[in-house]
Amino acid sequence: MDKKYILVKDTRRAGSNQTEHFAGLLAAKIQASPAAEAVQVVRAADIGFYDQGLVLKFLPGGPVYLNVSEADLDRVVRETVVGGRVLEDLAAAGTARQLRVVLRNCGVINPENLEEYIRRDGYRALSRALFEYTPDKVIEEFKKSGLRGRGGAGYPTWLKWHLTRSVPGAEKYVICNADEGDPGAYMDRSILEGDPHSVLEGMIIAGYAIGANHGYFYIRAEYPLAIERIGKAIEQARERGLLGTGILGSDFNFEVDIRLGAGAFVCGEETALIASIEGKRGTPRPRPPYPSVSGLWGKPTSINNVETFANVPVVMTRGGDWFAGIGTEKSKGTKVFAVTGKVKNSGLVEVPMGVTLRQIVFDIGGGVRSGKKIKAVQTGGPSGGVIPEDRLDTPVDYENLQKLGSIMGSGGMIVMDEDDCMVDIAKFYLGFCVEESCGKCAPCRIGTYQLLKILERISEGEGRSEDLDRLRLIAQAMQKASLCGLGQTASNPVLSTLNYFETEYREHIQAKRCRSFKCRDLLTYSIIQSKCKRCRQCFLNCPVQAISGDREVGFYIQLDKCIKCGKCFEVCKFNAIARE
Amino acid sequence: MKEGNDYHQELSGLLAKWKDKPGNLIMILHEIQNHYGFVPRQLSLQLSALLDVPLARIYEVLTFYNYFKLEAPGKHKISVCMGTACYLNGAPEILRELKSILGVEEGHTTKNGLFQLEVVRCLGCCGLAPVIMIDGKVYDKVKKNDIIDIISKFTRSKEPE
Repeated sequence: MDKKYILVKDTRRAGSNQTEHFAGLLAAKIQASPAAEAVQVVRAADIGFYDQGLVLKFLPGGPVYLNVSEADLDRVVRETVVGGRVLEDLAAAGTARQLRVVLRNCGVINPENLEEYIRRDGYRALSRALFEYTPDKVIEEFKKSGLRGRGGAGYPTWLKWHLTRSVPGAEKYVICNADEGDPGAYMDRSILEGDPHSVLEGMIIAGYAIGANHGYFYIRAEYPLAIERIGKAIEQARERGLLGTGILGSDFNFEVDIRLGAGAFVCGEETALIASIEGKRGTPRPRPPYPSVSGLWGKPTSINNVETFANVPVVMTRGGDWFAGIGTEKSKGTKVFAVTGKVKNSGLVEVPMGVTLRQIVFDIGGGVRSGKKIKAVQTGGPSGGVIPEDRLDTPVDYENLQKLGSIMGSGGMIVMDEDDCMVDIAKFYLGFCVEESCGKCAPCRIGTYQLLKILERISEGEGRSEDLDRLRLIAQAMQKASLCGLGQTASNPVLSTLNYFETEYREHIQAKRCRSFKCRDLLTYSIIQSKCKRCRQCFLNCPVQAISGDREVGFYIQLDKCIKCGKCFEVCKFNAIARE
Repeated sequence: MKEGNDYHQELSGLLAKWKDKPGNLIMILHEIQNHYGFVPRQLSLQLSALLDVPLARIYEVLTFYNYFKLEAPGKHKISVCMGTACYLNGAPEILRELKSILGVEEGHTTKNGLFQLEVVRCLGCCGLAPVIMIDGKVYDKVKKNDIIDIISKFTRSKEPE
């Protein structure tokens, strides 16, 4: 029997850290119980919860308990450790909403140990596919499952495989797109590092379905551990006859190689990715022909995302019908999100499609960290958009997010509160796209730059009344005329913020005001004389001597000298500095 | 600086694994960068001959991807803050001084490979202006005359290799 683990961590912010103390107590109580041999107590360095008192996490797969007191420990040992029952009053809310399909093995098995993967049904899907299914039947099973690409666009996986299979030719390729480059997203990295064999198995099955004998992992060079683990997985699989000629005694041959990205966001686009694997500059080319017809080295190629591949073995072992039972009408299965930003519990979550954004942010994420009001949630990274607070009850699936002007994307989800300025956010993403645009087509190269210039102008208080129309015009031209997905979606952050927060844009342009106090140039600092205690702190700390006066007459900020660095606002203990 | 022949030996070692694989250029450049920390021009020239690929093709790839560096990274990285507060408090003068002491322009590394000079937009410590940062450590309220002292700390201490 596998050993069970209990992670312990005192997450209180104030006071001394009692992790040692609690871990010792718990271990002693477990020693005295019948479960002594089967359970090990581990002190965790970081448990993913903050300021929630003593946190206990039961592995594998068990519940998470928050705010556990010393008096609860007896109960925990008796009921949960020995009895295997969950104590509802202690269990973290929201863990119930999660469903682990893709992340089924992450954190549960040792990712560098093939035996542990096999013990959890690993490679059973492959052997089933090879011996019980014809390639066409495999594709049929995926049609039933309704699995769609997890890289962002949501193209049906079975259709991609079917199209690639239908093109005549003996030489075909499978590529795993592991060039995860969205700022704030790390789902693929976690899967590659936590369960590399599941991705590899998915890829081999895809190869069998398509009729390809060669696969490539395209991994970004910035993920050294992921590269190492996939490399090890490939070696182990080769030794065990799961790769190579005559896999598991069948007549199917499959080989896998790793290719590294080199820091170009555009290489997530499939034709650019292919160019990069071929050793060239990663610039996209017009489609059609699609990679399914003419891909790597001009041969039919199917490119699937890491998370898509991690789903493949599950669909094969549990069946397409089982998988189709999860999710919404058009979006099946689960989706992994990296929830970050102003959220209390940031981290990876996996939920069935159809859960609402509000449930993800509040039930699982624990709400906004600062206690402030939530303003919006951003999904899809630089290709996505913001979804305002009043739309958070929308069930998450491909179609719904698109209707809201965002996209599913690869799974980045950034929570924003009242302190986040929408113009500033749009500017951030545009800045990213200007850097990452490959420069091949004019709509993207020039469009992103012009959008950024206008946004900068607006945030500096130089916005003009016609700017909003111009933003829309450029954005639409980019959507229509850009060569690849990067350019076609690069304007989404602008359009969606403009759509939902036009008043904020107008305030920046007309009233020269930024309600989130983010756009430095629009701020004015002044001293509220009635609150000022004349302590001189602002005077002493101003880096440019823009504050004049003395203790007799009081202090004043000379606006022409002020560089709006906010130092006086920070150092004033009496809230006597006004910022508007 | 190494002579062409020294590179030649090492290069064939790095090439062995990739020479016959299709689309190998990027992977070979990765190997070279892993080994040297950057891709020396001399090596690109040799590579061009060995693979029978025009030099322009190699540079086309090198300059497209952010990951590849054409110059050796310096041992110590000096960032000069050019935020408004630092700028007004004499950062340009500090930068001029650094340039004249080190003998390099911003964005480049000194000949001995010891210092890499960069200009950054704002380090977020306006109250301490002007600031420079060396290897992650912030030096605050820097004066022109301090520079030589700060730099010499790094040139004097010879750590055992």
